[in-house]
Amino acid sequence: MDQLIFAAEVVLNGLMTGVMYALVALGFVLIFKASGVFNYAQGVLALFAALTLVGIQNGQVPFAHLINAAFGTHLHSFGWTVPSVLAIALTALVMVGLAFLIEKLVLQHLVGQEPIILFMATIGLAYFLEGLGDVMWGADIKTLDVGLPQGISDSVEQVTAAWFGYGFFIDRLDIWATVIAALLVAALVGFAQYTKQGRAMRAVADDHQAALSVGISLRFIWVMVWSIAGFVALVAGIMWGTKSGVQFSLSLIALKALPVLMLGGFTSIPGAIVGGLIIGVGEKLFEFFIGPMVGGATETWFAYVLALLFLVFRPQGLFGERIIERV
Amino acid sequence: MMQAHEGYVTEDGRQIGGTVMELKNITLRFGGVVAIKDISFDIRQGEIRAIIGPNGAGKSSMLNVISGFYHPQQGEVWFKGYRRGPMKPYQVARLGIARTFQNIALFDGMSVLDNIMTGRLNKMKAGFLSQAMWWGAAEREENENREAVERIIDFLEIQNIRKTPVGRLPYGLKKRVELARALAAEPQLLLLDEPMAGMNVEEKEDMSRFILDVNDEFGTTICLIEHDMGVVMDLSDRVVVMDYGRKIGDGTPAEVRANQEVIDAYLGVAHD
Repeated sequence: MDQLIFAAEVVLNGLMTGVMYALVALGFVLIFKASGVFNYAQGVLALFAALTLVGIQNGQVPFAHLINAAFGTHLHSFGWTVPSVLAIALTALVMVGLAFLIEKLVLQHLVGQEPIILFMATIGLAYFLEGLGDVMWGADIKTLDVGLPQGISDSVEQVTAAWFGYGFFIDRLDIWATVIAALLVAALVGFAQYTKQGRAMRAVADDHQAALSVGISLRFIWVMVWSIAGFVALVAGIMWGTKSGVQFSLSLIALKALPVLMLGGFTSIPGAIVGGLIIGVGEKLFEFFIGPMVGGATETWFAYVLALLFLVFRPQGLFGERIIERV
Repeated sequence: MMQAHEGYVTEDGRQIGGTVMELKNITLRFGGVVAIKDISFDIRQGEIRAIIGPNGAGKSSMLNVISGFYHPQQGEVWFKGYRRGPMKPYQVARLGIARTFQNIALFDGMSVLDNIMTGRLNKMKAGFLSQAMWWGAAEREENENREAVERIIDFLEIQNIRKTPVGRLPYGLKKRVELARALAAEPQLLLLDEPMAGMNVEEKEDMSRFILDVNDEFGTTICLIEHDMGVVMDLSDRVVVMDYGRKIGDGTPAEVRANQEVIDAYLGVAHD
């Protein structure tokens, strides 16, 4: 019985972790849906968003090192702090500006190219953004606090203790992440399915020429999609940054999103969520039951093995569109 | 200033209006290759205008000039009395010119219904928040657009495949869906690039009937490119004949058929 309750707590924690994975995977799905491109830069986008947010919040001077080196000044900070809500809004604006620049400087010149070319472009973009983030805000590890509650939730512990005679430990940040992810997903699904911009986005993903012929502006759609992906990256960056600090390794969470995408399918928003949850719960349960038998540390590889199995038996993922073409 | 052409009455008694689109001295080059050489013709309100010619005559290039996919180096394009500057294809589409493609350009991953709905994107005005929440003006608008699309689906007799992903349809039906998407935009000028290419006799007859019905029912002005001479002569009110990028004939099907230069181009003639 004790074992069972403990397993239930493991599942619950797995679900929460899964939501965090799903947040990152969502950004990938959006760009893939709209341009058929796997955006290698999504993880770096989250890092860049988090760096920018911390920088704005603390009133850091962007490019301080560069300016100081060039002019012999000693600038570091404007000496003010910006309230969280305003800082988030400003960062969102920066991400929209970034989307605009990406379209103008990169994508516009690659209209009608093979997806692999666009993929290569996103690899370049990833390295560029990584460097830009360093130069703008410095390479040191930063803490991010936008006022999200953290620590073990007392109320959950008390309620579960009363019901089961055993108090569950749940991080309040995880609960908030779940709520925010749910809202984000509802908004994104509504957008893709029911708005004309959403329909235009799906059309652009399918065929550029046909989209042009029904009066869709590719530029507008791409700026829009990258803005949304930037916004999703911002949310993921806030959550992960609050959890484990803002540092370079934040961009590597993108690697965890890969198996999530293979499970859920690259084109499905609900798929990203379900995939994230399966991986989150799966790796926690595996670690709990099988881990002790094989010497632990299964969390580092479990997701990838699961993804590999999916690639063999169901390459389109659980919710992905199966491409059927007549020949 | 554009000349205002008088309308005329067709052999089967339909009244054709004034000029909708006028092309003046169009020349289009790709590097050293001249695809279109100094061609002028007009398209009038309510008529079915055909562009014919042997392979490589420049017919598709001409259509791409009209729809904004190509920009001619010389010449003027006039639409509804205004001279058109160099425009992007999506801007041309917003002016009320819809088209289909020779090699079919549909959204394969989307259903037939969704494909046709994209044709109405420019008819939707509601703000995007209200659309996402299915609220107020957006709901009414979506319903109106759905009704319009359902009428077109009925009209083209594709009710039974409404929900099918387009990628699964046979060729002939895809062509029909493409026509439906173009019609959904309620275009003032409809461009059809080889609407009957690759079809069997029965499918060709169906398509001919739909083209005539569209013209008849909605009064849509149509400009089409076609290889099949029999079909063209039956369908169209006036025909432009192209050969090696030049215009070699322009007139009613009967006039064109009697034109010696056209006969030579099609049957071949001994060159000196």
